[in-house]
Amino acid sequence: MEACYSQALRLVGRKMTVTQVMKEIEKDMVFYDESEGGVTFSGGEPLMQSNFLHSLLKACEKLEIHTAVDTCGHVNSDPLLKISKHVDLFLYDLKVINDKKHKKITGVSNKLILENLKKLSHNGQKIIVHFPLIPSINDDEQDIVELGTFVSSLKNVKDLSILPYHKAGIEKSKRLMKPTDIFFMSHSPSSETLAEIKKKLGTFGLKIQIGG
Amino acid sequence: MMSKRVKRLREQSVNTKPYISAERAELLTDFYRSGAADGVSTPIARALVFKYLLENKTICINEGELIIGERGPAPKATPTYPELCNHTIEDLEKLNSRKRTPFLVSEDDKRIYCEKIIPFWKGKTMRERVFSAMSKEWKYAFNSGVFTEFMEQRAPGHAILDNKIYHKGLLDFRQEIKNRLDNLDYFRDPDAYAKEQELKAMEIAADALIIFAKRHSKKARELAEVEKDPQRKVELEKIADVCSHVPAHLPRDFWEALQIYWFVHLGVITELNVWDSFNPGRLDQHLYPFYKKDLEEGKLSKEFAKELLQCFWIKFNNQPAPPKVDITEKQSSTYQDFALINVGGLKEDGTDAVNELSYLILDVLEEMRLIQPSGCIQLSSKNLDRFLKKGIEVVKAGFGQPSIFNTDVIIQEFLRAGKSMKDARAGGPSGCVTISVFGKESCTLTGYCNWPKIFELTLNNGVDPQTGKQIGLQTGDPSNFASFDELMEAYKKQLKYFVDLKIKGNNIIERLYADYMPTPLMSLLFDDCIAKAKDYHDGGPRYNSTYIQGVGIGTLTDSLSAVKYHVFDTKKLTMEQLLSSLRNNFEASEKIRQMLLNKTPKYGNDNDYADNIARAVFDAYFEVLDGRPNTKGGEYRVNLLPTTVHIYFGRVTGATPDGRKAGEPLSDGISPSQGADKNGPTAVIKSVAKIDHVKTGGTLLNQKFMPQLLADKAGTDKLAHLVRTYFKLGGHHIQFNVVDAKTLEEAQRNPEKYRNLIVRVAGYSDYFVDIGKELQDEIIARTEHRSF
Repeated sequence: MEACYSQALRLVGRKMTVTQVMKEIEKDMVFYDESEGGVTFSGGEPLMQSNFLHSLLKACEKLEIHTAVDTCGHVNSDPLLKISKHVDLFLYDLKVINDKKHKKITGVSNKLILENLKKLSHNGQKIIVHFPLIPSINDDEQDIVELGTFVSSLKNVKDLSILPYHKAGIEKSKRLMKPTDIFFMSHSPSSETLAEIKKKLGTFGLKIQIGG
Repeated sequence: MMSKRVKRLREQSVNTKPYISAERAELLTDFYRSGAADGVSTPIARALVFKYLLENKTICINEGELIIGERGPAPKATPTYPELCNHTIEDLEKLNSRKRTPFLVSEDDKRIYCEKIIPFWKGKTMRERVFSAMSKEWKYAFNSGVFTEFMEQRAPGHAILDNKIYHKGLLDFRQEIKNRLDNLDYFRDPDAYAKEQELKAMEIAADALIIFAKRHSKKARELAEVEKDPQRKVELEKIADVCSHVPAHLPRDFWEALQIYWFVHLGVITELNVWDSFNPGRLDQHLYPFYKKDLEEGKLSKEFAKELLQCFWIKFNNQPAPPKVDITEKQSSTYQDFALINVGGLKEDGTDAVNELSYLILDVLEEMRLIQPSGCIQLSSKNLDRFLKKGIEVVKAGFGQPSIFNTDVIIQEFLRAGKSMKDARAGGPSGCVTISVFGKESCTLTGYCNWPKIFELTLNNGVDPQTGKQIGLQTGDPSNFASFDELMEAYKKQLKYFVDLKIKGNNIIERLYADYMPTPLMSLLFDDCIAKAKDYHDGGPRYNSTYIQGVGIGTLTDSLSAVKYHVFDTKKLTMEQLLSSLRNNFEASEKIRQMLLNKTPKYGNDNDYADNIARAVFDAYFEVLDGRPNTKGGEYRVNLLPTTVHIYFGRVTGATPDGRKAGEPLSDGISPSQGADKNGPTAVIKSVAKIDHVKTGGTLLNQKFMPQLLADKAGTDKLAHLVRTYFKLGGHHIQFNVVDAKTLEEAQRNPEKYRNLIVRVAGYSDYFVDIGKELQDEIIARTEHRSF
């Protein structure tokens, strides 16, 4: 692919060492100072490379760089708890509480996801729940009530962000030559729907934001 | 909300197409033909003709307006200056029909030019004097597009006023001049007579402007007498009163403060066609005492102050930049005449200067949405974020204004260049981005320098591949260079050769203006011309800086980086291969072009490999230019800005090693090459801040954002962080275009629907549909940042 100068074929992603990644992160430190921002590790799923992530988090901690980890939570508890000591903020995905439904949408049970979230919360970790709202997939009355009930039962979680579904990923999915997904059929939620769901979730005593 | 009056005046201004008025040229010709200039010194002759113009030009008071006075007989009626440039009939026909920035010329006016003006001025113009004084080598470089020459059609300008006219009227100036005359020492000072003539010319100029105002007063009185509408009658009476008071005396209120500036402005742009018209500078500072006092005394409401400011704004828009032709038109093709109104920054005592008027002026800027005047905010670390955010809200309205300048760095730039702290704090940017001490400095931009062209000549041993002519030095065949350093050395030799050529030319041209084109009005306005009894063009001002604006740092850096990387480091390409690809404009070597385009470390990505080269090319220019003496007791300084010249320079420059094809635009300002920056605006900012901006008198950075990105408050905050960070890193200036590519493409297809679409071009905004397809394409191509 190095020989394809016109970049018709492109390698997305490359191998990097901790030092190399840190060099990139450090380039933006002047911006973190101004905006009180920092690094967000996302993915894919950053915990798929938990040792590497652990090293990066420790390196950031040393430089007093604020860190956030964006995870789906479907990971082994041990590495998650291990890295959590060096994480300032978790952005934690919750798609749907009903396990059957969860299995149908994602192919896996959400048991581990909910367990992990409870543990992180119990440890006093700072967490913002990310709720990807996909019309006709996870937006019915019961989904919302169950979500609100569960999140408000966690002692350390007060913030929930609704992430409205958008189609920006379709192009990427095509480039990866993946088959058409059921999600392609969905559409972005209307602003009325968003406002309504925001209001409903708000009744559980949570601070709701639209967009992450 | 705009009042009905303002709406109407604004529409009149926007919808009237610029046209040529022969009035000034004709009066000028009459004056010189009458013999009135015979037997008097040049400064006196220039003062007398100025007086003659103001005594005889048409007085125009537009319906409903509050601030009055036009340069021509009516809005958008644009004079010519045959003493500088004697347009031929072909020029006039071209002006009438050209696509970009046309000026209509009536058949009657054409006849006047043909019969009266053109024959008289033939052989007497500055343009002819300038060209006949230039060497053969200079002309080769000029015609090949190595550099341009501002002063071949317009006079040195870029002048900005300070607060002096708000503290004294022209009668006070006259007294000062008289005192100076009384103190001339004819026994010991060999220049006493020359000084006397200069001072007497200033006296005449002051009288001329007072007469001009009185003519307006008289006209307003006449109109008032026949006016049926009682409210308008009162206004006209007030206007008559204002114009009988200023500019002879110092202004008594907010209204008079605006009107005194406007008379002075008209005087300056009637006296001569100065580059970058004229500019009130820090308007919020100058007007605030009047605003505050009038408000306290109940003489003025905030709403009416705004309406007066809006009327004032429209006056600028009624005066398009006088027509340019030939190369000078190509390098700066716009109606915009670069008045840049400053708000914010610091007071002379170093405290936060932002006041209520700073905000009100930003409101006016947002509502008026005119291409002139431009507005900018000066931002010091002492200014509050809410001020910056107010500026960003106006930017978000989508027409590239205000631009944002770093006051703290500008002050360092001034101090490095030897200005006093007091003067430094009273200065700021004007034109596009170049700084000067307002009211005390002649800061002359003399032309653009095409860095990539000089590099092209280096690669061709001094021969211009476009013509086959040897126009540069023979610095050796690059195929024989053993290292990148040898190539750099060769480039530096070529650069020095062309900078020397340009400076030699400038030194002659400066003397020509000092000798033949004194400007007594400008001179009396600028410290220390009265004290020195010297003209503005002759070193009269306290500070005298000369600039040659560097262009194409992105293109040159990426080109050097490409040679270093592919030829000397990885050796994937031989110099012969590269040179033959360039000669053939990559025609049989698209693969090589793709490699150069996509596999070269490029400027704008926070990559030291490329950015160190950017620093080196900047330093090379700085070394060869900064601190060299001009003929006015001042020095040369470096600035990096393009107006529209990167299009013209691109057209005359062959294919470059960064993968750019022959004829395509160069990079603009200090921005990365179009599309070369791939890591977002934070990386751009890191890269461009690696240049030491303090060593410059101005740099220009364009950034373009999709409006969606900035739609909410979080977007404003992010942009504010970005600006603050850039300034913390020492950036001089940043400006934003907030329109999406789709809108622009649509506007290209249906210009009629997008007549009001204003975009940020370089140091200024312009109507998108007026700027020509190439520049449109280039604006669309400027990297659109979709996220931070």
